[in-house]
Amino acid sequence: MQNDPSILVELENAGIFRDGKWLVRGVSFSVKKGEIVTLVGPNGSGKSTSAKLALGILKPDEGTVLQRGNLCISYVPQKLVIDQTLPLSVERFMSLTITLKPEALDQALQMTGVAHLAKSQIQTLSGGEFQRVLLARAIARKPELLVLDEPVQGVDFNGEIALYELIVKIRDQLDCGIIMISHDLHVVMAATDSVICLNGHVCCRGTPKNVAESAEYRALFGERATSMLALYEHQHDHTHLPDGRVRHKDGSVTDHCHPDDGHHHGGDGHA
Amino acid sequence: MLDDFFVRALVAGIGVALVAGPLGCFIIWRRLAYFGDTLAHAALLGVALSLLFEINITIAVFATSAVVAALMLLLQKRGGLSSDALLGLLSHSALALGLVCLAFLTQVRVDLMGLLFGDILAVSKLDIAIIYGGGAIILITLIWFWRQIFATTVNVELAEAEGMRPGRANIIFMMLMALVISISMKIVGVLLITALLIIPAASARHMARSPEQMAILAAILGIGAVIGGLSGSLAFDTPSGPSIVVAAACLFVFSLFASLLIRKWSKKHG
Repeated sequence: MQNDPSILVELENAGIFRDGKWLVRGVSFSVKKGEIVTLVGPNGSGKSTSAKLALGILKPDEGTVLQRGNLCISYVPQKLVIDQTLPLSVERFMSLTITLKPEALDQALQMTGVAHLAKSQIQTLSGGEFQRVLLARAIARKPELLVLDEPVQGVDFNGEIALYELIVKIRDQLDCGIIMISHDLHVVMAATDSVICLNGHVCCRGTPKNVAESAEYRALFGERATSMLALYEHQHDHTHLPDGRVRHKDGSVTDHCHPDDGHHHGGDGHA
Repeated sequence: MLDDFFVRALVAGIGVALVAGPLGCFIIWRRLAYFGDTLAHAALLGVALSLLFEINITIAVFATSAVVAALMLLLQKRGGLSSDALLGLLSHSALALGLVCLAFLTQVRVDLMGLLFGDILAVSKLDIAIIYGGGAIILITLIWFWRQIFATTVNVELAEAEGMRPGRANIIFMMLMALVISISMKIVGVLLITALLIIPAASARHMARSPEQMAILAAILGIGAVIGGLSGSLAFDTPSGPSIVVAAACLFVFSLFASLLIRKWSKKHG
């Protein structure tokens, strides 16, 4: 661990071998305190596998994974099914792996906007609501390392952006390291320090902008990815209002926003 | 008071129900009903071995169940066969092996019906001591490791990532299963132990709002089934094990209707 106390977890050339093939191989990255690292890549590229390596759920068949000692980790898995036979309220689920004070529990639920569901049974929640509860549970532990596997699946678009903003806020408040998995780089770009693009191995890495513009990323995601980037680049010139409408930089308000509706400035500025 | 065989049976049965309820909840949540059956069937092999080698029956049954549980975990890890196929293989092999071993024991008279269906007449003061001693170990261990075992039940990977050590939690849970089977065999018999584990827990599911509530309710309902079943067994001269299970099944039906009524009522008034 190169004697840097701010490094929370470090993967060094790590690989997982299953059923005669390498799921991932040669994955190296580290996460420091207060840093958000995003893993992107197509389906089956080893994003979740790499995250599980960092979490210690999977032991590397090759290379090393080093966690700082006594690291407090919170995990939002990609898939979590609560059996129908299990009577489990949101409140009880929040303190699954740690004892929480009622204030801390309530505060975390408030942050993700689901405080009103505290008494509900988990099985009655919608996909998006459950995702917010999962995030609240992870935050409530006040982790040093937070691992989020597709944390906003099922959440509506406005909520998605709000949750990414929340994740940045959490990083600032707790000064924790975050590993985030996402398939839509354009939305997380504003909320990430470095991006690791995976496709069975580390295909490219760097700041979000560098990765999005790299030839490797384009080869992996196709030309559509670059138009997605254009969408991102324009996001800062309008605000999403609570009622779903959009206020543009020129002060006008519309029901939707489109890059070509005249309210946006510039063209493909980065091209 | 303990000189009366019926009181002894009642005390023993209540002791078993107290631990079977909470453990039964985990069996339901983890979908392990058939696994419970497998361990119970292995218990018969344990009885045969204890008679063969003249060792304490509870210890022999516990050891056999524990070995079968470990075997199951190992075979599961190796992969190749599905869990239900493995369970079928282990369950019936153990049961058959136990019956074959018992048949070899011509010099001892074995009450096979008592082993399979339980025998209230056979409950001694020593049995009661074993049930409450073993029961206390089970309950204390379960409460001590509740968070770990429960988190593992909800999601293994999440439990692993957040330091709940699911591997250890699973081994502890398996040992508790083996222990509860070895202490409850005499009351309900090998064939019906799983029923005593899961029926009270299943009845509790209708009424419980939290896992802890469900565990406590299952214990209470189990006690009710034991009291009702043993009374019936005495009154109608029926075997104790099946009578307790029939009483438990009646409680299940009752809880089902009660919860339906409550839901209807709260819809109207809430």
